[in-house]
Amino acid sequence: MKEIPALIRVFAYLSLLTVGGGMAAFPEMKILTVQVHHWVTFPQLVHIYSVGQMAPGPNMMMIVSIGDWVAGILGSIVVVIAFFGPTSLLTLTIGRLWKRLERWPWRKSIQEGLAPVSIGLLLAGCFTFARGAVTGLDTAAIAVGTLLILLKYKINPALLVLAAAIIGALSF
Amino acid sequence: MSGLAATASTRATAATPTSRPATVLQVFLEFLIIGATSFGGGVVAYLRNSLVSKRAWLDDKGFVELLSISQSLPGLNSTNMAILIGDRLCGLAGALAGIVGICLPGGLLMLAAGMVYHQHGDHALVTAALKGVAAAAVGLILATVVQLGKKSLEHTADAVFVVATVLGVNRLHQSVLTVLVMVGLIATFWYRPRKTQNGANR
Repeated sequence: MKEIPALIRVFAYLSLLTVGGGMAAFPEMKILTVQVHHWVTFPQLVHIYSVGQMAPGPNMMMIVSIGDWVAGILGSIVVVIAFFGPTSLLTLTIGRLWKRLERWPWRKSIQEGLAPVSIGLLLAGCFTFARGAVTGLDTAAIAVGTLLILLKYKINPALLVLAAAIIGALSF
Repeated sequence: MSGLAATASTRATAATPTSRPATVLQVFLEFLIIGATSFGGGVVAYLRNSLVSKRAWLDDKGFVELLSISQSLPGLNSTNMAILIGDRLCGLAGALAGIVGICLPGGLLMLAAGMVYHQHGDHALVTAALKGVAAAAVGLILATVVQLGKKSLEHTADAVFVVATVLGVNRLHQSVLTVLVMVGLIATFWYRPRKTQNGANR
């Protein structure tokens, strides 16, 4: 219960960093949930994020698991509201103002400027994540294999993730 | 002249008449179905398929316009799209129906998965399987970055901003917020509105 305010603060803050995608916030999520608040270990964070890639819907629903571990069902509800509330209000407001913003010359500048930054943030998040996920030649091979297959063929990524789970389990 | 044409074309995309009216309940159910079936990420493709092709609740131009708003704001693309489309269709209630619908199935699933992981996550077999899953997730994220980069990076300066962002976070260990604001401001200023005769910067 006493962690609820911290959960709200952390996940509301993280949501503001998800420009381009959830992965953009990952480096900060690691610092706050692992190093600052000790809610999870880094391997746990990497694992639950990975499991989340197999679930349908928005790809950051793994935050629900963290909320539940820290403060039960209430924690998971609080985390979802904190994570989606502020950005949703912002999106709703900007969405309604958009037609007016169209005449504002800086709007295009902001969009053009944020495009490379958001890709850089995704990449940075991916590198932070990879430090926990790619630990040897075997995992590197799975990562590169998945990348190449996805770039070359139209295949549902969830199937590849599932296949990787089986490969991992078999190699055990 | 080109400015005039640009204004005219953006006007056309801004006006997004919904082809068929939808009720709040319909919006909720449609997003709930997408939230339950969009396996493998790429929720935006599922959204387009369902809302533009199947339901004809909005046209392609309107969809792309809302997507460009979603991408330049904080928040996940999928949930931002749920808010924007829900709002266009049924106002505030529609926006709420959209985001709750798209989050509910995955959220419940991750609640259950988290509980199972918390109890059995340290079993050797589970750890081994998750090792594979995490590695595949790296490939999946990289593929997303490559596809996104191909679509949205056009100028050479963009490469500099991408590298500066990565170095700021991973090498200089600055907070994501600091890097986002600093590089974002510089990049925005780089693409500042200019009054060139032919609009070469556009």
